[in-house]
Amino acid sequence: MQKRSLVPILYIVFLLLPIYWLLNMSFKSTNEILQSFTLWPHDFTLDNYRIIFTDPGWYMGYLNSLEYVAINTVLSVSVALPAAYAFSRYRFLGDKHLFFWLLTNRMAPAAVFALPFYQLYSAVGLFDTPWAVALAHTLFNIPLAVWILEGFMSGVPKELDETAYVDGYSFWRFFFRIFVPTIAAGIGVACFFCFMFSWVELLLAKTLTSVAAKPIAALMTKTASTSGYQLGLLAAAGSLTLIPGAVVIYFVRNYIAKGFALGRV
Amino acid sequence: MTLELRNVTKRVGADIHIHETSLVLVERAFNILIGPTLAGKTSLMQLMAGLEKPTSGEIWFGGRNVTGVAVQKRNVAMVYQQFINYPNFNVYDNIASPLRVAGMAARDIDARVRSTAELLRLGPMLMRKPSELSGGQQQRTAIARALAKDSDLILLDEPLANLDYKLREELRDELPKLFAGRSSIVVYATTEPTEALLFGGATATLDKGRVTQFGPTAETYRKPADLITAAVFSDPPINTAPIVKRGDAIEIGGSLRLPAGRVGAGIPDGPYTIGIRPHHVTPATGGDAGEVSGRVILTELSGSESVIHFDLGGRTWLSQSHGIHPFAVGATASFHVDVDRGFFFGPDERLVAGGE
Repeated sequence: MQKRSLVPILYIVFLLLPIYWLLNMSFKSTNEILQSFTLWPHDFTLDNYRIIFTDPGWYMGYLNSLEYVAINTVLSVSVALPAAYAFSRYRFLGDKHLFFWLLTNRMAPAAVFALPFYQLYSAVGLFDTPWAVALAHTLFNIPLAVWILEGFMSGVPKELDETAYVDGYSFWRFFFRIFVPTIAAGIGVACFFCFMFSWVELLLAKTLTSVAAKPIAALMTKTASTSGYQLGLLAAAGSLTLIPGAVVIYFVRNYIAKGFALGRV
Repeated sequence: MTLELRNVTKRVGADIHIHETSLVLVERAFNILIGPTLAGKTSLMQLMAGLEKPTSGEIWFGGRNVTGVAVQKRNVAMVYQQFINYPNFNVYDNIASPLRVAGMAARDIDARVRSTAELLRLGPMLMRKPSELSGGQQQRTAIARALAKDSDLILLDEPLANLDYKLREELRDELPKLFAGRSSIVVYATTEPTEALLFGGATATLDKGRVTQFGPTAETYRKPADLITAAVFSDPPINTAPIVKRGDAIEIGGSLRLPAGRVGAGIPDGPYTIGIRPHHVTPATGGDAGEVSGRVILTELSGSESVIHFDLGGRTWLSQSHGIHPFAVGATASFHVDVDRGFFFGPDERLVAGGE
């Protein structure tokens, strides 16, 4: 083996080790996990996955998560689109301060907002619905989406807008027929980041739900249940949780590279 | 049909982008706006198009006051310096887009798009996206879109500025032909005097948001009304110096005397500013009365032409001549000044006498 490939190999091994261990555990029974240290499953089993795909208590967690993530992504990006357009195209009083203030929302820890959101949503009857989590996450995702989209929009010359108006396009026709397709890559990147934040965020998702809208992240972090330790099951749930993120990254990987090139993301 | 600007001004915040301007532009001629960057060419075009509303004044088009009318309702076309096309449409859809918005029948659109594309030699590119075209082809697409629309007013904002030399020459030759048979009013902005002179038509010179002169291009060039017009409409920049005219001589900077010449003889004695375009200042052949000498600062030699920068009493003057004159930098050289081709501007910078 060549010397210089040693470092990248070690690097990759260390990166993949936890993921391997998670997968390894997910194919073992809880007994094997607890009783012996094995590098690969000696007693290979798909039971853990079978339980997740058949027990609504488990698979509903995924569906709940996907539901609020989808609502949040659509909501964040559609609100951020016109906001980012205004920031990129118009000069108005305090525009730079407003833009910065929007970003500062991301600087507060989610824990700060857990209590007020819990109280507020309980009062208006949103508690334990996908909307509760989706709305709470927009607080973090809209600024991020505005920031990313503004970067992409500012890369499009103002003359494109003017040309469209000269050609007879109304604002909205221009916006949806020409402008949105032009910054499709930016919208892709913004969706990706909203998706990822919402998918991995645990604290608000856990606090604002109890039974009906319980997300997978909350199910996964309860280590013990009435039936005792179910480590294999939890590992299987964790493995499955990785999949949506991996799929989304696969689809937007080129756009992200473009986003980096444009100086945002 | 005419486009008329009546006492139009444009202010943005505290900045005055366009000072009070009145212009009458006629159809079937190139109307050229010439001026350096930030002179207000684009601002003026945006006012003409209706993209911006004038702060005061009125804009009349074809006998109708269009001051507040939205750009969408004005039948205008515009081509920018940057190659602006709709990136998600192919060339065909780009050219067709204003016609589709206008609600033209599909068959008419098809005929119009194909004939316009043919005119601009875009025939084989119709199915390509703008990003798959060269810069020249992108700008041809933008021009085709403007032409296909058959607008009353076509605004071209430095359309050739971003093209490389060869393509610029090519398109510059084609442009007048493209607009020849049309009844539209064509407005063409440029920073280059050469371009304006090639297109002919009428030229308005702009400086710091002010139209300094508007008239037939050749006339504006040969008889600029004031110093600033002469400066805007000269490339390389015009040579100027304060002079005192006394009898049959002019004194530059107190010490240097030149014969006043045919033009200078006819004006009263007193202080003036003289303006002489660099191609009337040529390396001296010797034994001539109209000679000046100065230290050479810079020598620009192109294939068949020399531009020599030299110091004349603290001012940098330029000499532009045919042939290669490799003066050494720092050496003193003599130049013949053709005072008869010079402009004499009074203390108010208005032209008193002279012309080319």
